[in-house]
Amino acid sequence: MRTRTGTRVGQYTALLAYLVFLAFPFLWLISTAFKSPRELGSLHPTWIPEHPTLDNFRQAFDEQPLLHAAFNSLLAAAGAALVAVVIATPLAYVMARQRGPLTRAATGWVVVSQAFPLVLVIIPLFLVLKNLRLIDSLVGLILVYVVWALPFSLWMLAGYVRAVPAELEEAAAVDGAGRLRTLVSVVAPLLMPGIVATALFAFVTAWNEFFFALVLLKTSDKQTLPVVLTHFIGAEGVADLGPLAAAAFLATLPSLVVFAVIQRRITGGMLTGAVKN
Amino acid sequence: MALVSNAGRPTARPGERTAWFLVLPALLPILVLSVGPLLYGILLAFTDAQSGRTRSTQWIGGLNFQDLLHDTLFWESFRIGLVWAVGVTVPQFLLALGLALLLNQDLRMRWLARALAIVPWAMPEVVVGIMWRLVYNPDAGVLNETLRDLGLGDGRDWLSGLGTALPAVIVVGVWAGMPQTTVALLAGLQNTPRELHEAAAVDGAGAWRRFRTVTWPALRPIALAITALNLIWNFNSFALVYVLTSGGPGGRTRLPMLFAYEEAFRYGQFGYAAAMGCVMVAAISVLLALFLVGRLRGGDDA
Repeated sequence: MRTRTGTRVGQYTALLAYLVFLAFPFLWLISTAFKSPRELGSLHPTWIPEHPTLDNFRQAFDEQPLLHAAFNSLLAAAGAALVAVVIATPLAYVMARQRGPLTRAATGWVVVSQAFPLVLVIIPLFLVLKNLRLIDSLVGLILVYVVWALPFSLWMLAGYVRAVPAELEEAAAVDGAGRLRTLVSVVAPLLMPGIVATALFAFVTAWNEFFFALVLLKTSDKQTLPVVLTHFIGAEGVADLGPLAAAAFLATLPSLVVFAVIQRRITGGMLTGAVKN
Repeated sequence: MALVSNAGRPTARPGERTAWFLVLPALLPILVLSVGPLLYGILLAFTDAQSGRTRSTQWIGGLNFQDLLHDTLFWESFRIGLVWAVGVTVPQFLLALGLALLLNQDLRMRWLARALAIVPWAMPEVVVGIMWRLVYNPDAGVLNETLRDLGLGDGRDWLSGLGTALPAVIVVGVWAGMPQTTVALLAGLQNTPRELHEAAAVDGAGAWRRFRTVTWPALRPIALAITALNLIWNFNSFALVYVLTSGGPGGRTRLPMLFAYEEAFRYGQFGYAAAMGCVMVAAISVLLALFLVGRLRGGDDA
């Protein structure tokens, strides 16, 4: 019995250590966002701001076009998520239900596409998009995001399809429903929660994305939130910490909210393919 | 995860042909915007393609790779990339495994840990970078303040120090990548047969033995897959370090992706940067092959 209590104490201590490690940077970000410039300049920063203020938020909106950038991010992320899921769902269905060269090729592409460094992806895409006059355009960015979101969308969706019993489809076929009919009125409704979760995951991934946006968007009224956030950091790495923290905190909120909603589905969806062997 | 083969349900209707209308909407963009560009990118590595030049691009064979061979700056960056990738992936896995084992226990506050463990995953990488800049800040940062409070000296400028910059960014990499690994491992743990655990406990097997003989064999496929993916993702990582140090001080944290990015989009050397990309793919393939072969063989005699 004694060893058991000892184990428990050890477990809770370890859990506490993890909690601290995971939480403290985020808490510090929030704390910094609400501090006055005088406190930020003090040599002994504290966890709780002595005179909490919203000035940093006001200043952040004054310094950079945050609202406009958020709108650009919203367009890019929502557009990419929508298109990706609409075109990925049918292919994921085929990948889950049929075996053959096509399924093998698609699975192979999902794996191989993960190994390529983005720089090798973006240089040719940059040249292609330049010819199409889609550099510095949100449409070009959405195209890139769609292709970039496809591997994990296919992966997750195929997992969700496998969870739908094939017997249901057979029953519908016996009842005389055609293929398209079966898909639309039997499979799709059952798949809806998975489709929504995948779309939201694609949304967050695109909302958070930085590299493609940095390369493809040149003028500041086109740029998305992560790119605009880096403008708070000056050339010499000197930054006005308060507004920087405030803007970073605001930019994170949508991702956190969406993630909280889909957390369970995401973890389930990513692993159904991997675990159920 | 993608590396674990999944035996999907075989088609319910044998002999049926693939319905092209289901496949084409995704296949076309994949071919035009992914497979095509990837091949085009590999070809570019054998040309002198540059941005904003009027003269047409020439085919120059392996010249880029010859230049690359003598480019000491690139190989230094490459070495840093390997140190970073391994230095992040290994602690990431060990810490995530520990956390997953804890979360699999019947502990109070587990919900809080689960919720918190997701936060780094949900955050934009740029924000993660900004956040840790605030932590590492020499004056207003919490790290130096804590060190001062503990009487461990005055602290230092972590991200600008030649010796501390790389370890400092590696810590951030570990922090940022832990959630995904934890979630994957946790799902694997919940898939291990509980009865086996109990039977082993009844037989008097200690915690370590139970882990070795029951948990680990069930967890291994997922652990392998997630570690392989982490290795790739970390080697190709960009945004975190770009925001934290932009590759400084003096190139001490210049990962290969940052190097190639600057070569391509600051100096406009598309062909040369594509060659770097090819070398990175080759390196990561070799690394993965070694890792997987080693692990798989290790599994046979275990």
